[in-house]
Amino acid sequence: MERTEILKRVNEIFCEIFDDDTIVIRDETTATDIPDWDSLMQIELVAEHESHFGLRFGMKEVLNMKNVGEMIDIIEDRATK
Amino acid sequence: MIQTLLQYPFDAQTVMKKRKSIKEFLLASDTQFLKKNIAILGGSTTHDIKEMLELFLLDNGIKPAFYESEYGRYWEDAMFDNEALKNMKPDIVIVHTSNRNIINYPSSSNGDAEIDNMLHSQYEHFEEMWDNIREKYACPIIQNNFEMPFYRLLGNKDSSDIHGKTNYMMRLNMMFSKYAQKHSDFFINDINYLSASYGLERWSDPQYWYMYKYCLCTPAIPILGHSISNIIKSIYGKNKKALVLDLDNTLWDGVVGDDGVKGIEIGYDTSMGQAYSEFQNYIKLQKQIGVLLAVNSKNDHENAIAGLNHPEGTLKPEDFLVIKANWNDKDSNIREIAVELNLLPDSFVFVDDNPAERDIVLSNNPGIAAPDIGEIEKYISVIDKAGYFEVTNLSEDDIKRNEMYKENIERIQLKQKYSNYNDYLLSLDMTAQIRDFDSIYIPRIAQLTNKVNQFNLTTKRFSQSDIEDITCDNEYVRLYGKLEDKFGDNGVSTIVIGKKDGRILHIDLWLMSCRIMKRNMEHAMLDSLVQEASKYGIDTIRGCYHKTAKNGIVKDFYKTMGFSLTEQNVNDTVWEMKISDYRNLNHVIKVEIAQ
Repeated sequence: MERTEILKRVNEIFCEIFDDDTIVIRDETTATDIPDWDSLMQIELVAEHESHFGLRFGMKEVLNMKNVGEMIDIIEDRATK
Repeated sequence: MIQTLLQYPFDAQTVMKKRKSIKEFLLASDTQFLKKNIAILGGSTTHDIKEMLELFLLDNGIKPAFYESEYGRYWEDAMFDNEALKNMKPDIVIVHTSNRNIINYPSSSNGDAEIDNMLHSQYEHFEEMWDNIREKYACPIIQNNFEMPFYRLLGNKDSSDIHGKTNYMMRLNMMFSKYAQKHSDFFINDINYLSASYGLERWSDPQYWYMYKYCLCTPAIPILGHSISNIIKSIYGKNKKALVLDLDNTLWDGVVGDDGVKGIEIGYDTSMGQAYSEFQNYIKLQKQIGVLLAVNSKNDHENAIAGLNHPEGTLKPEDFLVIKANWNDKDSNIREIAVELNLLPDSFVFVDDNPAERDIVLSNNPGIAAPDIGEIEKYISVIDKAGYFEVTNLSEDDIKRNEMYKENIERIQLKQKYSNYNDYLLSLDMTAQIRDFDSIYIPRIAQLTNKVNQFNLTTKRFSQSDIEDITCDNEYVRLYGKLEDKFGDNGVSTIVIGKKDGRILHIDLWLMSCRIMKRNMEHAMLDSLVQEASKYGIDTIRGCYHKTAKNGIVKDFYKTMGFSLTEQNVNDTVWEMKISDYRNLNHVIKVEIAQ
């Protein structure tokens, strides 16, 4: 799957989870960029991406993700859907 | 449809994802919500648990206002003065703890006595908290028991050896159960069972503890919320009351009209027969704890009866209070069954293997349950885990309920022999016990105030401790009514509570169970109320009618009893009667004088 395609799907997921059509996701996006993104939203985002792309993130991976780009790297590598 | 997203079996992930729109949908409905204050005292993160619990409560017609303790401070909040909690006056206190809150576990070097002491000390940490909560707030407590540890140091011996964590958890759970057996306002939320049923490996995935301090995996949170909501809705009388069952491929394999009685499979000879036998047995067990049964089947009546009379079947025609076997649409059958049982369709669980039938019934009867039961091997699991009939208070009435309904049908048949209704009533040889509250009936009295919706003038709900308080309070005149006739005993089925105010008695509560309507019991109650009231120098009785969606039948009740209207508002009317004008109204029931 093309990275641009993944980014598009990830953007859709963020818009859905935060219930906000105006969100634009980039590789550099972090939790500080979206006001409602707290630790509880984090849980949901991780779960939704896992379900959508058919993969599981390890605990260390989640803790080490510095921005959305690093999450997309893992998705590019391991997505099954 | 969004309205079925929370119905069992629900998809936990969808529920979590769509929680905002589900909540909006539920709040926008025209349900008259029961408002309750709920305190959640957590031993770990409670945020999403609170959100899920809220959804399931709203779906059951209960609107919660929450108090949530600061992270992990369940014990402090329960033991020490807490202004916020005190001001809130909780109706329910939920203690969300788990095995992550166990302070000391036995080590391999501890002896018997040391471990016993450790166990008691751990238990007492909780018991003193429950006693304190009861003393401060006098409300029901819902307490998690403990899930099993996610590793077993001693392997299989971990459960039988006193040094094993598993053994320790099991002993602690037994002590919690004993406390629950002694206190009828204390309820265990069985996360030991829930976690096992969900899959302990997934439930206790430690990742969620390390990262978010959740004592369970987040995908299981809706299941936990659903479980707690079942206990709460049961406490407030919102259990379903009847199972309405299809026949073909629901109670046996095959179609009796096509295959004949010999062609349907039920009994222990075949695999399918065994599956359906186990299901029939399960339904029969439900009947024994007070669930009413009815049949709703597309069949010729005689074929339906023949199928139910199959020698290998456990359920017989007599087990059902109503059997609708015809070619009418199932939706109108549902409404007829409701009329015959004097219940509303929203208290039914419709069990049918056919999704099309379930859809029609669901669309036309808001609030009815019509679960997707899947294949026969899943029927019991789906119905059982939904928690439609969650038991919080098993009373003698529950156990005898089917018998009581049956006796009622006999009364209806007798009535058909009399053209004069009064003669019919006299022929019933009715006797009644109308007395002040007795402690033995307090649980039943509280249960009634939460369950009765139709003949209920003010729809005030009371907890068991509320009734206990009223029983000790001289400001109240209290009467329960227990009606018996030649067919059987209806048990405690009507309550009146009046509050004294100088020479006036305000009727705060007057309710009567559907099963004794139209017997003139309300006349007997009023005769007794007047008699009691005059002992206290009361000269005027005042009653109020608060309109709800369900109590239209008593809109003019006070008028029929000889009261005069004194006040009329949009949703309330107030009525008054002077005792000096009163003449006894009951002439058909023999009321036993109290000793």
